[in-house]
Amino acid sequence: MSRVKTFNLPDLGEGLTEGEILSWLVKVDDIIELNQPIVEVETAKAAVEIPAKWAGRVQAIFHPEGTTVEVGSPIISIDTDPDAGPLDDPQAPSAGGDLPTPSAASLAAVEVAPAEGAVEPGLIGGPAPGGRTAVLVGYGPRTTTAKRRPRKGAVPAQAGAAPAIPAQATTAPAVPAQVAPARAVPVPNGHAAGPATGVLAKPPVRKLARDLGVDLRALTGSGPLGSVTREDVQRAAAGAVAEPESVATTATAAASFGADREQRIPVKGVRKLTAENMSRSAFTAPHVTEFLTVDVTRAMKALDRLRGRREWREVRISPLLLVAKAVLLAVKRHPMVNSTWAGDEIVVKEYVNLGIAAATERGLIVPNVKDAGRLTLRELADALTDLVQTAKAGRTTPADMSGGTLTITNVGVFGVDSGTPILPPGESAILAFGAIREMPWVHKGKVRPRQVTTLGLSFDHRIIDGELGSKFLRDIGDFLSDPEAALLAWT
Amino acid sequence: MAKGDPGVSTRGRRAAPRSRKAAGADPDLVQLLTPEGERIDSVTGPDGTVYRADLTDDEYRGLYRDLVLVRKLDAEATALQRQGELGLWASLLGQEAAQVGSGRALRTQDMAFPTYREHGVLYCRGIDPIMPLGLFRGVDQGGWDPNEFKFNMYTIVIGAQTLHATGYAMGVTMDGRMGGDDGEAVIAYFGDGATSQGDVNEAFVWASVFNAPLVFFCQNNQYAISEPLERQTRVPLYQRAAGFGFPGVRVDGNDVLASYAVTRTALDNARHGQGPSLIEAYTYRMGAHTTSDDPTRYRIASEVEAWQAKDPIARMKAFLTKQQLVDDDFFAEVDEQARRESLHLRERVLAMPNPEPVTMFDHVYPNGSPLLDEQRATFNRYMDSFEGSAH
Repeated sequence: MSRVKTFNLPDLGEGLTEGEILSWLVKVDDIIELNQPIVEVETAKAAVEIPAKWAGRVQAIFHPEGTTVEVGSPIISIDTDPDAGPLDDPQAPSAGGDLPTPSAASLAAVEVAPAEGAVEPGLIGGPAPGGRTAVLVGYGPRTTTAKRRPRKGAVPAQAGAAPAIPAQATTAPAVPAQVAPARAVPVPNGHAAGPATGVLAKPPVRKLARDLGVDLRALTGSGPLGSVTREDVQRAAAGAVAEPESVATTATAAASFGADREQRIPVKGVRKLTAENMSRSAFTAPHVTEFLTVDVTRAMKALDRLRGRREWREVRISPLLLVAKAVLLAVKRHPMVNSTWAGDEIVVKEYVNLGIAAATERGLIVPNVKDAGRLTLRELADALTDLVQTAKAGRTTPADMSGGTLTITNVGVFGVDSGTPILPPGESAILAFGAIREMPWVHKGKVRPRQVTTLGLSFDHRIIDGELGSKFLRDIGDFLSDPEAALLAWT
Repeated sequence: MAKGDPGVSTRGRRAAPRSRKAAGADPDLVQLLTPEGERIDSVTGPDGTVYRADLTDDEYRGLYRDLVLVRKLDAEATALQRQGELGLWASLLGQEAAQVGSGRALRTQDMAFPTYREHGVLYCRGIDPIMPLGLFRGVDQGGWDPNEFKFNMYTIVIGAQTLHATGYAMGVTMDGRMGGDDGEAVIAYFGDGATSQGDVNEAFVWASVFNAPLVFFCQNNQYAISEPLERQTRVPLYQRAAGFGFPGVRVDGNDVLASYAVTRTALDNARHGQGPSLIEAYTYRMGAHTTSDDPTRYRIASEVEAWQAKDPIARMKAFLTKQQLVDDDFFAEVDEQARRESLHLRERVLAMPNPEPVTMFDHVYPNGSPLLDEQRATFNRYMDSFEGSAH
């Protein structure tokens, strides 16, 4: 057994197929102990730390942070006997940075060692046919092939031997050639000749093939393990027998507008979640958006005075703090805006979990300040600072993001004036806070340079009528144009 | 080895104020060892029963060793799951005292019905700790003989084992195996979530009206997966017993001495024919429900921290140190033993053989059946049809 062992991503939670590498807790060349946490992985069920299966020296790390890795793919290799001198293979990855590119030669030396008893050769993560494992940068050797024990006296290599089936690399971009268009051999009268045994296909697909008169045996499956999918059958039935796009051969020096100049980005993680939430919200809640432009010069001066106070010296103060306070005070005056449409009833919440949309490296996330209505201004300032820093550091937990009741999106930080924000699902109002600009403004009868901003409020018209939405927005504007007076008048 | 006197006689009865302080809002919590490691001589329960744990120094040390070992073995199993060697693991982290205390309170002849988390009780019954790992690795069905160890198979179905235990306990009565000091008592383990199950409530009814020699031991770890206790009950769980007609008591489940004393008393009552009782061991699941669960999605860090301060092992360690029951090497020696045993466990798990497929026919009937024999023969022929088959 090789002294370098490769650890494959296990199924961390009963039937999962993939996990996202959140962060590496070790780097190449680190000496690690048995059960020392090495990597944090997030699955559909949980974010967990994986402890090292062997003690030794980290030999190679196969996936950068942020990658989604399929269960069974190698993620790290460990030299289990680092004191025994250098490895035989001089090509073996060494102190080459956190993310070495394992060459084919080095991987061959690594001898992808199946974990004892857990992975058999031929299964996911085991040695691939051909004696070596192919590696793309950033993607582990993917060697999923059907392992079927040969039957005695069976016809060899039925329905295409396993090695002929292209490894289905769902994480790899642009794999058009791998979905080999199925070749249709239409059979008259809707009856395939004989049962299509030896071909992998799910029962509904078999029925579809029979109904459409497609002979499964004539198809090359594009599904897992080379199985024939519903799409394969439908394509075959439609006569879509176009040869594989021979882009490479037709490409000339002339500009092409084909797939080679398109980038395909898998939709997953935060992007996927955002897309689902936005679509769901946009097409279920009837949105109305209203705008209000406000002179916030006095409010900015008030913030300056606040900064000058001794007990606020250490506190990070931004205009967002005043906007948050304005929203919280306005919610008290119009509790209906802080509610959820629940089908046959409206749930009005007496607490405000104030969401703040944050652009992070991982995408848009909306953590919220829990029970923000009960916080003092100082506590609110601390909570906002904490929330933003946590989001920037990428440490926002799912708990931080759940249970939001009303959201502010600070589009002003991007230098734009306003927008028509889409409601987070389950919420009934969201406020867009635009950039604060110095503008000519009529002040006390004269045109003066004043600091002005635009507020955009989207609300769910099922719950909030134009009157309520307008009053709510008007109150936020009133506070921001004269916070002291609003505080005296309302609290 | 310094053998200090625990000084129990001078300490007097300070149970009520102590308990109230330790348990916050609940004066009815039976506690014999505070989170700070202060021992309380005796505590009077809500029904007037006096609980005390007068153990020998060796027994105190033994309980500590049990706690450390079951925690370490449990951590090793969790690590093995993360490394792809187990399909699933339900950690007992935080509940060691409730399990070790009640497990050590069992007498040899007593029968236990566990859930799937009672690794600590299993350990106390003398079963090889590798047994449940075979179950969760998927290479066997559990492996131990329930009759030999008087510890039933793990039950995954929530609360189902309380009915099995009730039936078993009624059988004990019918067989006349109770009534004296050598009588048999039965204990059924379950969690707070299970109290919402019909099975558990049916078991309460049957055990009550048939006066079964049964102790219902509920480890209230505050969460039924993600559902908090307040979604299970409007009254403290132990008070439910009154409605079914038997006594209930709440014990500090992070206090191994109280868990031991309360369980021992309840078992002795049962074996002497006094019928069933309910123990609510008030504790906290420090880890996830199982390795498939992410507790940070439904509970807040400050709550976990508050319970961290009530750690069952830390308080036992403080007690042993304060009472000078151990010398300096003791703790290191226990840690070393735990490390050794967990490493041993890991090696044996990795070496566990995959079962031959045909063994699935082995334990269906004790003496086989013609139909099954035929199926086995067919299956063997099928396996023989593969190349390289050993058959």
